[in-house]
Amino acid sequence: MADAEVPQRTRSRTDPATAFTYAPAPESRAIVDLRSSYGLFIDGVFVDGSGSGFKTINPATEEVLAQVAEATEADVDRAVRAARKAFRSWSRMKGSERGKYLFRIARIIQERARELAVLESLDNGKPIRESRDVDVPTVAAHFFYYAGWADKLEFALPEGRNGGGDPRPLGVAGQVIPWNFPLLMLAWKIAPALACGNTVVLKPAETTPLTALLFAEICQQADLPPGVVNIVTGAGETGRAVVGHPDVDKVAFTGSTEVGRAIARSVAGTSKKVTLELGGKAANIVFDDAPIDQAVEGIVNGIFFNQGHVCCAGSRLLVQESIAEDVLHRLKRRMKTLRVGDPLDKNTDIGAINSAEQLTRIRELSEIGEQEGAGRWSPACDLPDRGFWFPPTIFTGVSQAHRIAREEIFGPVLSVITFRTPKEAVEKANNTPYGLSAGIWSDKGSRILWVASQLRAGVVWSNTFNRFDPASPFGGYKESGYGREGGRHGLEGYLR
Amino acid sequence: MSRADIRKTYKLYIGGAFPRSESGRSFMVEDAKGAFWANASRASRKDARDAVKAARAAFGGWSGRTAYNRGQVVYRIAEVLEGRRDQFEAELRRSEGVTPAKARTSVDASIDRLVWYAGWADKIAQVTGAANPVAGPYFNHSAPEPSGVIAVAAPKDPLLGLVSVVAPVITTGNTCVVIASEPHPLTSITLAEVMATSDLPGGVVNVLTGSVPEIAPWLASHMDVNGLDLTGVTDPELARELEVAAAENLKRVRRPAEEDLLATPALDRMTTFLETKTVWHPMGL
Repeated sequence: MADAEVPQRTRSRTDPATAFTYAPAPESRAIVDLRSSYGLFIDGVFVDGSGSGFKTINPATEEVLAQVAEATEADVDRAVRAARKAFRSWSRMKGSERGKYLFRIARIIQERARELAVLESLDNGKPIRESRDVDVPTVAAHFFYYAGWADKLEFALPEGRNGGGDPRPLGVAGQVIPWNFPLLMLAWKIAPALACGNTVVLKPAETTPLTALLFAEICQQADLPPGVVNIVTGAGETGRAVVGHPDVDKVAFTGSTEVGRAIARSVAGTSKKVTLELGGKAANIVFDDAPIDQAVEGIVNGIFFNQGHVCCAGSRLLVQESIAEDVLHRLKRRMKTLRVGDPLDKNTDIGAINSAEQLTRIRELSEIGEQEGAGRWSPACDLPDRGFWFPPTIFTGVSQAHRIAREEIFGPVLSVITFRTPKEAVEKANNTPYGLSAGIWSDKGSRILWVASQLRAGVVWSNTFNRFDPASPFGGYKESGYGREGGRHGLEGYLR
Repeated sequence: MSRADIRKTYKLYIGGAFPRSESGRSFMVEDAKGAFWANASRASRKDARDAVKAARAAFGGWSGRTAYNRGQVVYRIAEVLEGRRDQFEAELRRSEGVTPAKARTSVDASIDRLVWYAGWADKIAQVTGAANPVAGPYFNHSAPEPSGVIAVAAPKDPLLGLVSVVAPVITTGNTCVVIASEPHPLTSITLAEVMATSDLPGGVVNVLTGSVPEIAPWLASHMDVNGLDLTGVTDPELARELEVAAAENLKRVRRPAEEDLLATPALDRMTTFLETKTVWHPMGL
């Protein structure tokens, strides 16, 4: 195949593989009916917030998409009271009836899939290919999956959480979700909570509130009883008000380990139940007998999917020394084919970084990587003039002590580390306070099973990466948080 | 001439050995009638750290054993305890002033509890694990794994209380550091002698005696401890402070709760300190 000596710039024009140019293939945004301003969704209706409000922008263009209400403590209190009132009837409703509402929601999500996908890409900056083919279908699948649990809860915890075998909802769930998968994280939080008979007050991230507000409209279309789902928009203060509200029985949070710690502190001494899905620094381990081209695809998917804004991203590539050169060569070649740009273009692989703030953090940590002596490489790519962009990047010669190998960067930045023996690979993989996910690439089944058993991580992908399914429990060990989302295990956090 | 009895020095149980507190401190323990019984070791911060180190060192080996083997070891603790039941009945009567019948009930329940948990060792994965029917060609299953080193504040009851909080933690493959009942520490150390002679590897259970408010904060804030069981913490403000300290490395916390020790336990004593690991692999020809 192509040889590495040809300089990149020349190569991109002469190599048939990359000289091939794509015509622009933009998805129309006409399907989305953007309003100029959005209120809070409380007790089944949209209401004004008492805060000053904020703007949400398209990170690919910096264009203002809408003005969004900011919920103050008083607004959050109103939402919690609505949820408490709704809890009385929702928790007593027959499970089979509750399930029907969730099935309705799942169906409406499917019906309005394209609209949701376009809006998600507009507000978040992720490629339409991912929001259309991954996020939105998985969102619908979550509601469909948990809808079916609503009338089968006595089978979910057959052992009986407290020995009784009569699972009951906790009450009002306060849920705070991040900006990387706005709608998917909403589904992970709301679907199991509602199936178990809880009501919710959910706060989406301040940079990506729009699909949650469209979801509120979907709740209206589904005739979901008022107050069962309440959406309060805002930033950290609003989130703190949700988590700290004395009448919230359960806190569910996905986000940074730092905020997770603060939440764990704030609920201490209360009766609130908590589940936390926090950061990660996943090792993606490639052994010398791995199917290398598949592994390279897995590495790319592991770190460049969703611009690397993934808590379980495979941000540390552990590659066996004997094949490191070959893997790196093929990885770089593959990275040259990645298309960075307009999230609404159907051919885009890597979209925009979600916010200026996040871009700054990625830049800072990458600069630290260089300062600490790691070798930085990115393929040549033209980045748009406006918006927040960062090219897919790898660092070689990374040691365990480097900050880029220890801290979550939450961007398209991969640290490459080598190892010689499986034992060394396991030691390096586990050498982190995080424990969310890991990857293993090998053709040898016994080795995969041994390594999988040794890794201190909640999800282990062997010969694949970044797979999600509503039937599959997801969650971390150690400082990646506690509790599981997805599957039967996902119900445990919402039942007493 | 009457014979002077040989009195026992009650020490700590760390890493399979019985050291005195490195601090050289002790505290006086009286029997139920208020008479002097013994000077128990008063564990220090350093003892707590040594115990965590021993528990961490033991974790790989203990969690790596087969569930069948762990079950047999827990069962063996019951066997050895059964053989020394007279001693425990006598100690319970002396420390708490309970009737012979009550002491017997307590020892019976402790032995039976160990047997109950021994039987769980190779079943908990079947009850809490799952085969996940994902929508794609993947083999996908979830299985429980121990969280690691668990710090436990044991309830007042020195035998049944200790067994009730320690057995679920170690049966599932965790190792632990337990602060024994503060008012009745001696029987817990006698129980440690049972554990030391029951094929339980050194370091799997480490027992500290002394002051809960003094030792527990060091365990709650220790970065190499993965879980915190506050069952024996009776002061709500202390419990809150310990939970706050535990947040630093996101320890799994079990809050204090009143519990009928004689009732059949719920599974959450085990599941609180279990993680769920989900493994994916493609399926195909």
